[in-house]
Amino acid sequence: MIRDITLGQYYPGESWIHRLDARVKLVATLLFIVGLFLVDDYPGFICPVLGTILVISMARVPVSYMLRGLTPVFFIIVLTFIINMFMITGKVLVYLGPLTITYEGLQTAVFMALRLILLIVGSSVLTLTTKPVSLTEGMERLLAPLKKIGVPAHELAMMMTIALRFIPTLLDETDKIMKAQMARGADFESGNIFARAKSLIPLLVPLFISAFRIAQDLAMAMESRCYHGDVGRTHMHVMKLAARDYISIAAFIIFFAAIIFEKIYF
Amino acid sequence: MSIEVNSLTHIYSSGTPYRSVALSDVSFTLQDREIVGIIGRTGSGKSTLLQHLNGLLKATSGTVKVGDTEITAPKTPLREIRQRVGLVFQYPEYQLFEETVAKDVAFGPMNLGLSKEETDRRVREALALVGLDYDEFAMRSPFELSGGQKRRVAIAGVVAMKPQVLILDEPTAGLDPKARADVIEMVRRIHESEGNTTIFVSHNMMDIAVLSDTVMVMHDGKLVRKGTPKEVFSAAEELEEMGLALPPATAFLQKLRKEGFLEELSVAFTPEAAAGEVLRQLQREK
Repeated sequence: MIRDITLGQYYPGESWIHRLDARVKLVATLLFIVGLFLVDDYPGFICPVLGTILVISMARVPVSYMLRGLTPVFFIIVLTFIINMFMITGKVLVYLGPLTITYEGLQTAVFMALRLILLIVGSSVLTLTTKPVSLTEGMERLLAPLKKIGVPAHELAMMMTIALRFIPTLLDETDKIMKAQMARGADFESGNIFARAKSLIPLLVPLFISAFRIAQDLAMAMESRCYHGDVGRTHMHVMKLAARDYISIAAFIIFFAAIIFEKIYF
Repeated sequence: MSIEVNSLTHIYSSGTPYRSVALSDVSFTLQDREIVGIIGRTGSGKSTLLQHLNGLLKATSGTVKVGDTEITAPKTPLREIRQRVGLVFQYPEYQLFEETVAKDVAFGPMNLGLSKEETDRRVREALALVGLDYDEFAMRSPFELSGGQKRRVAIAGVVAMKPQVLILDEPTAGLDPKARADVIEMVRRIHESEGNTTIFVSHNMMDIAVLSDTVMVMHDGKLVRKGTPKEVFSAAEELEEMGLALPPATAFLQKLRKEGFLEELSVAFTPEAAAGEVLRQLQREK
């Protein structure tokens, strides 16, 4: 069912990771991704893998729940794996008709797959343990210095908050309209690609109308509560780094240094 | 068409932190051609229950039988079930999408694979049943109609499929008093002309009491009471505990009795009937 989609869904909890400042988690995730691309051999993965396992166990998000979010990207991982395996030339291991699997190909394929999995798991820890609202607020605060050169940090953050906030609403709406049309005998699942595209009209027209209606109501509700953009606006929750955050920053610096150290000396 | 529901349970988002039990162990039987009113607070499981009756939701456990077909059995042809059981959702006007009223009403019949002539005949009949003049409305865009008219068009879209069971989820929600009365009248008219089993949800206790043969009360995912309007609305305290109320006229008579103005407690659902009861008792005193 539509409501079971978990990619980027917040998993409520009270763990150390959950309570970290969103800005710390954002920057750490970004650096973690950069770190993954610095790694250029298998031993280099020791640090990121151990770090990821440690963070996941601290976040206390069930692994099964996390993997469910991985299923949509599983296809991409498999595809990259297969392409790498067959396309790279080198010492041939297996002949499969016109295709060959080479030693170098297999090595690169496993390497890339590992990198992709770490990339996705690492960034999903961020979205699983951070409320969307704190996430966008953290982004706004991080981008705040750029306001001086004309980057609309607040507006960007507000747009993201609204978009995130309305994903579940629109999914619900889609679910409802789909069911209503199915009750009228609509069929969304069979037929060729053209028949299927055509069968989406009874879904898309009402959905667009709903989206505009919701947007208009939201704009009205915001204006009637005096929303006028960034200038002079205060925050309900002022973000302030706690001891927990400083400890985590220190730990992350050590972790990141270890990745660079490994790259240079091994 | 009769309906048999046996220990039906439904759990949403099972196995995630958002897991919630929407229905637990619900069983009941409805006779052919009954009008059934369902009441219950928001979140009591009414809408979930309705969606099981035409196979839109799959039961976590339990069975649903419509006529002779057990629709919870695997490989039941669901399209045929949806033709037999028509479901009108809350705010059905949000599902309109065609250029003209006639085309929108024809969507259901066309999906059933009916001929052009038969579809056309059904569209005319359905529009007449919901009280919209064919010549005036058929060629207009559904989006330029008033809220009440849009809702009638949406209901006509389901009626045109000629279901033997017609289910309406809060058909009067958000309508003004005049449109509300019209819709209630319309539900009765459709029921009488089609001879179907009608199930409807409403928060208006008077509508429920006046229209239904049987009233079902849902609370926290359970069916807590089923009986005639008289039986159900006699248990005022029980209903109040569940956050529900009596029809105003019924509550009025109870209050009069409690304060000693009436000799005996009588049950009436409309203001007119209540006035009649009061008059009858006053005249007898003389």
